[in-house]
Amino acid sequence: MTPVQGLIRPDLVAKIGFGLVAAATFGGAIIAVFFRNIIHNVLGLALALFGVAGIFFYLGSPFLAFMELLIYVGAITITITFAIMLSKPIGGPLPERSFKKTLGAGSVCVLIFGLLSYIVMGTKWTPAAMRSSDWSVKAIGQMLLTKYDLVFELISLVLLVSILGAIVTARYGRGRVE
Amino acid sequence: MNSLTTYLLIAAMLFTIGLFGVLRRRSLIAMLISIELMLNAASINFLAFTKFVSPDPATGQIYVLLIMGVAAAEVAIALAIIISLYRWLRTIDIERADRLRG
Repeated sequence: MTPVQGLIRPDLVAKIGFGLVAAATFGGAIIAVFFRNIIHNVLGLALALFGVAGIFFYLGSPFLAFMELLIYVGAITITITFAIMLSKPIGGPLPERSFKKTLGAGSVCVLIFGLLSYIVMGTKWTPAAMRSSDWSVKAIGQMLLTKYDLVFELISLVLLVSILGAIVTARYGRGRVE
Repeated sequence: MNSLTTYLLIAAMLFTIGLFGVLRRRSLIAMLISIELMLNAASINFLAFTKFVSPDPATGQIYVLLIMGVAAAEVAIALAIIISLYRWLRTIDIERADRLRG
């Protein structure tokens, strides 16, 4: 199957796709932070994470894009929804922070963004001299079990300890209130 | 769209939005959501450097996987803390959790 010449331009499609992905990321992030309703926040987070998965895809790693969908959108968003169901933040939104504090937070954020973008723009990033181009999942698996073995073991330990800690913390205080 | 600077600026913007959420919101769950946004900005940075400057593509991807694992553990702990705090205080407004105030 040959592409129709002049009708569909792959570079244009890629540009439009990238714009959509970036828009989903920022739109979702803004919904997640600025809206008052906590359910809308979670849905905004899911949209932003979809966008981040798209950015991973554009960065050349479909494996991580699917992992992002699986772990973040699939598991973490659902867990946060459970947290909302088990505590009751929906009955009336909390009072806003005072205008002075919001202004302070906003100016700190603008300052940090300015600093970060100044650093990003001002630095000349030079690629490494010898660059491997092996983006396969096989390479990740081999590195994970040989050179980065410690990371693999450490993340297993962190997950185990966090599961135990979560159980202990969630049980603590049961039956003491009322 | 195909330069390192674009991706780094996107990540910086996402990080800043998340930081603003952490500073401004009063609900623990909303702060948790903002922290997830900041972690994702860090992941984008890792993968962008992997694509454009790093010598080995596997390294950055492994670290992004590490961030995902840490984020999953963090959400589990945060859920436990939120439930525990809700049992004590009947609210998740962090301004009310001030028992250690002098």
